[in-house]
Amino acid sequence: MSVPVLIACGFGINSDEELAEAFRRAGAEPSRVHLTDLLSEPGMLARFRILAFPGGFSFGDHLGSGVVLANLLRRRLRPEIEAFLADGGLALGICNGFQVLAKTGILTNLGGDWEREITLVHNEKPGYLDDWIRVRVEPECPCVWTRGLSTLDLPVRHGEGRFAARDPGILEELERERLVALRYEGRNPNGSANAIAGVCDRTGRVLGLMPHPEAFLEPENHPDRRRRPPRDTGLAIFRNAVAGA
Amino acid sequence: MRIEIFYADPGLDGRGGGVSDRLSRALGRDLRARLVDVILSDRPISREVAEEALSDPVVQRVTLDEPAAARIPGWSALVEVAWRPGVTDTLAITAREALEICGGPSESESAALRTARQYLLFGDAGRPEAERAARLLHNPLIQEARILTAGDWAAGLRAPASYPGVSVHDRPDWETFDLASFSDPDLEALSRDRLLALTLPEMRALKEHFGDPRTVEARRAAGLPAGATDVELEMVAQTWSEHCKHKIFNAEISYTETDPAGRPAGPPETIRSLFKTFIRGLTEELAPSKDFLRSVFTDNAGVVQFRPGWALCVKAETHNSPSALDPYGGAITGIVGVNRDILGTGMGAKPIFNTDVLCFAPPDTPEGEVPEGLLHPREVLEGVHKGIVDGGNQSGIPTVAGALLFDESFLGKPLVFCGTGGILPDTVNGKPAWEKTVRPGDLAVMLGGRIGKDGIHGATFSSLALDEGSPASAVQIGDPIIQRRMTDFLLEARDRGLYAGITDNGAGGLSSSLGEMAQSSGGVRIDLDACPLKYPGLSPWEILVSESQERMSLAVPPDRIPEFLDLAARRGVEATVVGEFTGSGNAEIRSGGRTAGLLSLDFLHDGLPPLRLSARWSPAALRSDFLPDREDWTETLYRILAEPNVASKEPWVREFDHEVQGRSIEKPFTGVRRDAPSDGAVLKPRYDDWAGITVTHGICPRLSDHDAGLMAACAVDEAFRAHIALGGDPDRAAALDNFCWPDPVPSPGNPDAERKLAQLVRACRGLADACRTYGLPLVSGKDSMKNDAVAEGRRISVRPTLLVTLAGFVQDVRKVPSTDFPGPGLLVYLLGRTEGALGLSILERVEGARFGSPPGIDPAAALPLYRALAHGISGRLVVSCHDLSDGGLAVAAAECCLGGRVGADLRLDALPGAPDAEPSRLLFSESPSRFLVSVREEDRERFERSFSGLPHRLLGTTTAEARLRFRRADREVLSAGLEDLEGAYKTPIAGRRYP
Repeated sequence: MSVPVLIACGFGINSDEELAEAFRRAGAEPSRVHLTDLLSEPGMLARFRILAFPGGFSFGDHLGSGVVLANLLRRRLRPEIEAFLADGGLALGICNGFQVLAKTGILTNLGGDWEREITLVHNEKPGYLDDWIRVRVEPECPCVWTRGLSTLDLPVRHGEGRFAARDPGILEELERERLVALRYEGRNPNGSANAIAGVCDRTGRVLGLMPHPEAFLEPENHPDRRRRPPRDTGLAIFRNAVAGA
Repeated sequence: MRIEIFYADPGLDGRGGGVSDRLSRALGRDLRARLVDVILSDRPISREVAEEALSDPVVQRVTLDEPAAARIPGWSALVEVAWRPGVTDTLAITAREALEICGGPSESESAALRTARQYLLFGDAGRPEAERAARLLHNPLIQEARILTAGDWAAGLRAPASYPGVSVHDRPDWETFDLASFSDPDLEALSRDRLLALTLPEMRALKEHFGDPRTVEARRAAGLPAGATDVELEMVAQTWSEHCKHKIFNAEISYTETDPAGRPAGPPETIRSLFKTFIRGLTEELAPSKDFLRSVFTDNAGVVQFRPGWALCVKAETHNSPSALDPYGGAITGIVGVNRDILGTGMGAKPIFNTDVLCFAPPDTPEGEVPEGLLHPREVLEGVHKGIVDGGNQSGIPTVAGALLFDESFLGKPLVFCGTGGILPDTVNGKPAWEKTVRPGDLAVMLGGRIGKDGIHGATFSSLALDEGSPASAVQIGDPIIQRRMTDFLLEARDRGLYAGITDNGAGGLSSSLGEMAQSSGGVRIDLDACPLKYPGLSPWEILVSESQERMSLAVPPDRIPEFLDLAARRGVEATVVGEFTGSGNAEIRSGGRTAGLLSLDFLHDGLPPLRLSARWSPAALRSDFLPDREDWTETLYRILAEPNVASKEPWVREFDHEVQGRSIEKPFTGVRRDAPSDGAVLKPRYDDWAGITVTHGICPRLSDHDAGLMAACAVDEAFRAHIALGGDPDRAAALDNFCWPDPVPSPGNPDAERKLAQLVRACRGLADACRTYGLPLVSGKDSMKNDAVAEGRRISVRPTLLVTLAGFVQDVRKVPSTDFPGPGLLVYLLGRTEGALGLSILERVEGARFGSPPGIDPAAALPLYRALAHGISGRLVVSCHDLSDGGLAVAAAECCLGGRVGADLRLDALPGAPDAEPSRLLFSESPSRFLVSVREEDRERFERSFSGLPHRLLGTTTAEARLRFRRADREVLSAGLEDLEGAYKTPIAGRRYP
């Protein structure tokens, strides 16, 4: 049976088309749903198995990345999202989507009450950056999305990707519970604490990451496509999700 | 009340870090900055709402009516920058929405929300340093800055509790001018005083039209007074502006050539219209053999179709004058503006890529050489760059290709070319998607942002030279997010068939957009009272011509209007019916419940008297200094690599998102460390198809010193050869022409206008000739003809510049080579003939000398080579391919080696075209139509066979040793280690480093 995926779009979200293509190639059945439609009919979320927030600049990120969209979700969709996750739904936030999940408190939700524990701030070296980096997948992380993967080459494209925790205790807890799913290997492009590129919640079913697996669906997307196409593309992450949905 | 937001931990204030770097670089001392965002509201907001809505509580702190500066110890000065009244304040727009979501004051309750930004400066900063910092941190045209030193603070001075808004007056009514009583000087004064930018013959034509008995009668019947209203004058001025009507390109030109002694070199030649003769004429000539042309020169962009299922729209614009005044706002508005052109092409296309070609004066220009009233080129570069970063990235459109050029002639006006490509489906509602028909009875709908005083007179202003009195209202700041929402809505409305026609609101505002669409239906009535305004107090004419951003104009059939308006409301996009298309033959403007203007479309669009100009050409004699004679050219290569035109642009380009939408194949940088330049971009428009498109550019302004005809031909060649180097199909490519010229119309301050016009004639001819040979149709273009600045009594004019932007087809993106040598042991070939001339080369720039004439060009000889190369690439015989451009063979070889991190051992003997030339010429000549390719040893025979009879030469092989060597007759003339090459190539431009 095909896995239905809700991909949020509108309000300055940009990467919804390629994210839909990623899920399609992984065998799922993606629908791009404008947030205004989701807000007017929140019950539709129950029809999906995966909820995905793509990259972009929701509300321009003028007040800090993801802040406004996060508040919209907290204020208007929280019961539906909680029910969706309690029912075993998977959720993904990429780049701006990760910023949104962090700022709603859905990630990392250690306290269980959507309290805001982590965030993503302006890069340590100021400015936007589009470059390819390598991430290491943490083998002991319970994340469903990254199961069985080792390293991945992926593009990063952000100005606000520096992972920070509210206090050192949160960071320790994330590490202790193995909730860091992806870590920058070699170069840390934004100065993230502990080189964190992506984290999941305790269920392993909600993943937020700064790099863009949906922009690497075939070896030809890789900047060194002619020399050494890597073993895994970003597609592996979506295949995992479809298998685990 | 005053809400302030700041980072608790200064180490996490990344924006502050960026400002610190910039200030320290510019002021030459260590200054650190911390940022405080300031939001001012005229309604109370609770702490809970402010913290939730406006901050990131994990890392930020919020103060309410209490200065954050009081909580942050140790700063020595404070600069607060606020927007001037009426300037687009995007943060305020978002903050209003954010507050509403969190239960704060709603839009209807919150009359005024303003934002400012505070910079707390740490380090040795007194008032003088703070003043210098403030100059860098704000643009006085659109912002105001206040400075408080620590001493001021101790004395109790504080930032203001509020800033004044736009002062609102009663709505002014329209005025009437009794043109019949106007003498010629009166007419000229009227044009000047109202910034109409119309010439005396044009003003006379206006006077005559309004005196025509038929006009008089029609106007009387409509209840209008005798004479012309300001609404009418402004509408005509916008429509007739150089920007909209391309008067110079449509002028009748008498062209003569003289020899160096000034004697006529032939009979004078009359050219009826440069556009019709050379540009449209060329495309019409090629059209029978180019079955992919769908819509050329008629719509907002050219439309071509390389593949069933989708069509490609391409367009490039310039935004030079606004970028000279406000680099950030000018550039961002340029980007989102050309995006709207694509959105308004056919039934509306989805933008899939942006391009940016930027020309500035050198960033190291001494301060003293920048005349009063002009910004330093470093500031222009920084601001334009930031505008493109925000404009492109936030819109979710990848910036895939472009160039950054430096030349002293761009000190007066920078050239900011913004291009966009978009995808149209084959059909919309069963009709070709590139066609649109507006019918009488369709409603005129304005979509997107509201109308304010921003951007009034943009079209007429860009038709004038820049001087100290240039109006601030000509500056606008685009908001990509508002436009992004509008784009999402439009593509949805398009696919539901909710509108019949669409165009963008660019230069000239509603006047131009509805005026143009009215030509399809045969008339329009515009009701200015219905237009949504940002604030009251706009004159009727201002509403009509305002260029406030993020607006589109549509024609919506009455039976679709309920669904259209409902969908717009749901998507949070403002849509308003502002009139109706008619078949009356007129543009009728209504204001205050009565008619305020009535213009026949015939007069409006065809009443412009043709311009007559003369052009006079004589060949330029270029100085020729002695060519340096050196044993070793290694150091020279380092200096060339470090020259800003050649040096790596990576620190600048990496800030552009070039991969969003997931279509990227060939990226701006390539090679094992992704740091060698590509020849252009390759994208895959469809996720389910291996077919691709190339996006390349050609621009060679220096060559205009010799002959603008050569300049134009070389620009065509550069774009076309890059297309070939990327594996493009030689028979399927289309090009855009963007001319940026110094004013070719004579005036007392512009004595050599005839020569500038002659250069334009020659450029058009050079363009058409090269395109004809290559079979490259022109599908859209634009001209900007007043790229002069007058400052301190000095006229600074740009070198005549043609940008050629090419979009072409690639059968299979998997075969696209890149520029870097893939490994050691490969054969390296030079393809094409070398002409040893060094005039107008980069070598001249680094030597501070002139070496006479530049190399010539022969497209007819180059084409068979291009075809053979295209064949070699599609047959996978060629494993890497780099075209030769600035810096010639030596630079290309250095880039290929750097990309692959391999060396090369190359010989300069018996190069085709210049078998006996000196090494300096062989290394650094910028002869066009050449490539450096690498080939596997086992393919040698096949490769050489496929190039038999064509100019090619095996230079040597790639090596495992990290060194590039050139030998001439067994003597080493250049030997450069890769690390040294990298060091030179990565010389920072304007102090910016990567990573």
